[in-house]
Amino acid sequence: MNFLQKFKCLRFGVAALLLGISTGVTTSAYANSQLSIIEGYATESKQHDQAFKAFSTERGRLLFSVPHATGKPKTPSCTSCHTKSPLNVGITRAGKEIAPMAISKTPDRYSTVKKVEKWFRRNCKSVLGRTCTSLEKGDFLTFMMSQ
Amino acid sequence: MIRTFNLSGVIITSFLVMTSIAAADERYTPIQNEMVSKECGACHMAFQPQMLPKRSWEMIMDRLSDHFGEDASLDHETSAEIRSYLVANAADGSWWSGKFMRGVKDHMTPLRITEMPYWVREHNEEVPARAWKDPKVKSKANCLACHAQANRGNYDDD
Repeated sequence: MNFLQKFKCLRFGVAALLLGISTGVTTSAYANSQLSIIEGYATESKQHDQAFKAFSTERGRLLFSVPHATGKPKTPSCTSCHTKSPLNVGITRAGKEIAPMAISKTPDRYSTVKKVEKWFRRNCKSVLGRTCTSLEKGDFLTFMMSQ
Repeated sequence: MIRTFNLSGVIITSFLVMTSIAAADERYTPIQNEMVSKECGACHMAFQPQMLPKRSWEMIMDRLSDHFGEDASLDHETSAEIRSYLVANAADGSWWSGKFMRGVKDHMTPLRITEMPYWVREHNEEVPARAWKDPKVKSKANCLACHAQANRGNYDDD
């Protein structure tokens, strides 16, 4: 390997390293805040129920998918606006597109507690006709993080 | 004498041309408050406040927890900022009321822009009933379905 080849090799290595670091940093920046929001709901859930162990992707999936019909007539289910799959782009009643709920499609979702709480407050009332429990919120987020 | 006559003719003609251009102008100041654009724009295009009177915006902001069948509630700080922007820029927000106030009676507090007499007249004349049934339109609140630059305050494409 001559000098030039060694240099190219080194340059490639450094570039790959930098790329790795930069993507690592951006992903974990969201991931950290997302995980801490879920942890917050876990702490609350434990306070409500000593038997609480962990959030469930399956319960989250059901919460998202089934028609509840206990809230406002035009939004019986999360899927009324978000469509059947969290991977899809949704649409509001006023015709505006909603970015997919799945974290794989919209990686910056669920990263500020204020915004997460705002939407749970609004949409749990619209769909369920009541506020959601911290168990439901944690299950929902856990499901979306798996998607 | 003839010259003076011609000059006034030119002035009158250009005045008429200018007013007709002004009448066809459907441009509204784009929203210049980030909070308003972001929060109102989360569910629908953020409508320019020049399209409703002050009293309508006040009532809309008072009733956010039942916003046309949706819970659109906001924390106090956010809603106060949005309210003040909407009211300050309302159809009757300055000394000169905009065209959206035409035909609005003092006792009326319309909550939908689509109920404003000016809006109704503009759309009744030009939009066939079948256009509203197009699934891409979905709602009369979806200005962007037909006015591609509505979010920038430009409704000239009619």
